[in-house]
Amino acid sequence: MKRQRLNSQESLKKYREALVKARDPNQKVITVCGGTGCIAYGCKKVVEAFKTELEKQGLTDKVKLLVTGCHGFCERGPLVVIRPENLFYQRVKAEDVPEVIEKTVKNGELIERLQYEGKDKKKILKEEDIPFYAKQQRTIFGFNGYVDPKSIDDYIAIGGYSALPKALLEMTSEKIIDEVKKSGLRGRGGGGFLTGAKWEICAAQADQTKYIVCNADEGDPGAYMDRSVLEGNPHSIIEGMLICAKAIGASHAYVYVRNEYPLAVENLGIAIEQARELGLLGKKILGSDVDFDITVNRGGGAFVCGEETALLNSLMGKTGEPHQKPPYPAISGLFGKPTIINNVETWANVPLIISKGSAWFASIGTEKSKGTKIFSLVGKINNTGLVEVPMGMTLREIVYDIGGGILKDKKFKAIQTGGPSGGCLPEEKLDLMVDFDKLTEAGSMMGSGGMIVMDESTCMVDLARYFIDFLKGESCGKCTPCREGLKQMSGILNRICDGNGTEADIETLKDMSETVKDASICALGGTAPNPVLSTIKYFRNEYEAHIRDKKCLAHTCKKLIKFEINQKCTGCTRCVKTCPTTAISGKVKTVHNIDQGKCIQCGVCVDRCPFEAIDVD
Amino acid sequence: MDNAKVDKIVEKHKKDSCQLIGILQDVQKVFNYLPKSALDHLAKKLDIPESQVYNVATFFKAFSLNPRGKHIVHVCMGTACHVRGAKRIMEDVARELSIPEAGGNTKDMEHTVEQVNCVGACALGPVIIYDGEYHGSMTPEKTLKLFKK
Repeated sequence: MKRQRLNSQESLKKYREALVKARDPNQKVITVCGGTGCIAYGCKKVVEAFKTELEKQGLTDKVKLLVTGCHGFCERGPLVVIRPENLFYQRVKAEDVPEVIEKTVKNGELIERLQYEGKDKKKILKEEDIPFYAKQQRTIFGFNGYVDPKSIDDYIAIGGYSALPKALLEMTSEKIIDEVKKSGLRGRGGGGFLTGAKWEICAAQADQTKYIVCNADEGDPGAYMDRSVLEGNPHSIIEGMLICAKAIGASHAYVYVRNEYPLAVENLGIAIEQARELGLLGKKILGSDVDFDITVNRGGGAFVCGEETALLNSLMGKTGEPHQKPPYPAISGLFGKPTIINNVETWANVPLIISKGSAWFASIGTEKSKGTKIFSLVGKINNTGLVEVPMGMTLREIVYDIGGGILKDKKFKAIQTGGPSGGCLPEEKLDLMVDFDKLTEAGSMMGSGGMIVMDESTCMVDLARYFIDFLKGESCGKCTPCREGLKQMSGILNRICDGNGTEADIETLKDMSETVKDASICALGGTAPNPVLSTIKYFRNEYEAHIRDKKCLAHTCKKLIKFEINQKCTGCTRCVKTCPTTAISGKVKTVHNIDQGKCIQCGVCVDRCPFEAIDVD
Repeated sequence: MDNAKVDKIVEKHKKDSCQLIGILQDVQKVFNYLPKSALDHLAKKLDIPESQVYNVATFFKAFSLNPRGKHIVHVCMGTACHVRGAKRIMEDVARELSIPEAGGNTKDMEHTVEQVNCVGACALGPVIIYDGEYHGSMTPEKTLKLFKK
């Protein structure tokens, strides 16, 4: 269908009405999650199988196949949801497809083995009743399961781009900024600055040229919510930026997205093209006086580019080195012009605030943190995935009710929030209500929303070393405290993990942390010591065990552990065959022995042994 | 011949030096790495100092100034994979292919191993991506098998 430019509020309304009218609400739709997790599980084969089978059975007219963005429940992928009933199938393989069509789609019969099984062993029928989804409030992320990210019509049909005419034609700039301010929306990228206040500063600048930037350089290891919003519902980001364009008077935007996210780049590119075709990007949008267009820039893979001033440098074709603030980008940013940078999730919230009103948004969440937040719940947790919850939910509810508790029923040890420079919180903090301020008070931070769960087998000293080594590698090297401080801290942590720590090390680490925090130019250095400080605060005993007793309580630091074979050994020789350094010897049916001089503590034997005959101490 | 390929990429980006990162990505896509000749030519073509081109090419992780092997192996070192034992997996890969633990090329240039920060497949951690194909829930044993094909 050749699309016509929509040049007024009325034409958009008519376009939407025609779309809705043409769609049957009772249409059978097979949705297959096409998010990164499900792709890794092989969902593309499932999609192909559905295509082939629907054609074979001559059902292509009656049944719609919809490949969507991420549904969030990555643990159980590939996910298939059959609408309008919302029947939920998990771990679907291509081989299951003919049966799904024959039984469920054609005859309404259920296939038990593909259904989700609750804790009481009862099968759960519908998507919304699964505990993982039931406690979430998916105001942003929920759309993912209903739209084809490559179709602007899908987005418009579910009410997308309805905030746009309101903002462009009915509201003044001041009114838009006022609404965003009143909503209490705070930046979802980690800063937590009031979005409306930032816009107000930018709007007040006299420059004729202003820019908008979408920060999609999601560099936090273990976090992928921005990617999933961008991949699954790119138009919501475009609409958010369009509204801001009117509010501050900008006519061009840049989206800075990680090159490691090819699907996000592709879907966003298609979305921009389609928006241009309909005239939702371009000149005099919907007959208003707003001109606006978007350029997509791919990042080069540097964690520091998540920092706004580093990102701007990178956008100008330079290395991603941050500079001292002030001046803030809202006053002097890209090419020296006033610039608004917001994160993907922040942009996705904007259309909702405009169409549903600031009062609606402010009714969700806590006193100073409004709305919902998407977290990426990963690590030693049963239900790995993306969860969207109202601010103020406790960590316990997120970990146990939604996350389904710890993998293999092990003991919870800590949860790390806020990405590599967040803090680790122990069990006694599980009842903490999650919002910007509560997390900071506890020595961690919101960051962009990573949540990594750890059990008793994670060594907290090793974890602190992991983060400091990561940040040391990602430090741009511009300022001395971050460049040199992290290097020294890494040296001390490595020494402790190797069993060569000294009594003074803990205090030295604390001192250096304070200096790096206070004296670094940007937030990378400013928050980098958090993992060290929080692990010392809550898990000091582990540091002391490494230093005084030369013991790693979690049995992970290699230099401090020893593998030994106990009497359970049946002499099956499996370990002898797999040991890469031929450290294990022993005859068939006799207890084997490990040569400690040759052993490199790789652990292959522990995995291979079916009799739990290898002790780690 | 090679310069012509670079020229084409530069034209695609409208000779805009602000697009340097994107241009370098496209150049790397064509050559599998960033050859010196291409970088020198690029500086001339964009009319910017060579130092700026090299500055950017060496700053960002995505770029490689050395040729890369036939198969690209990415070992995810993201936090979720780390707490599930990614370090051990990396050690196994390094030992099996006789390369440094930080990654690198094998002597026969069959493999290039690179550590990556997060591939967003945390449910499958630890993850190895072999020529774009995901291998999840890796154990030291599965890792050895992957390379003993």
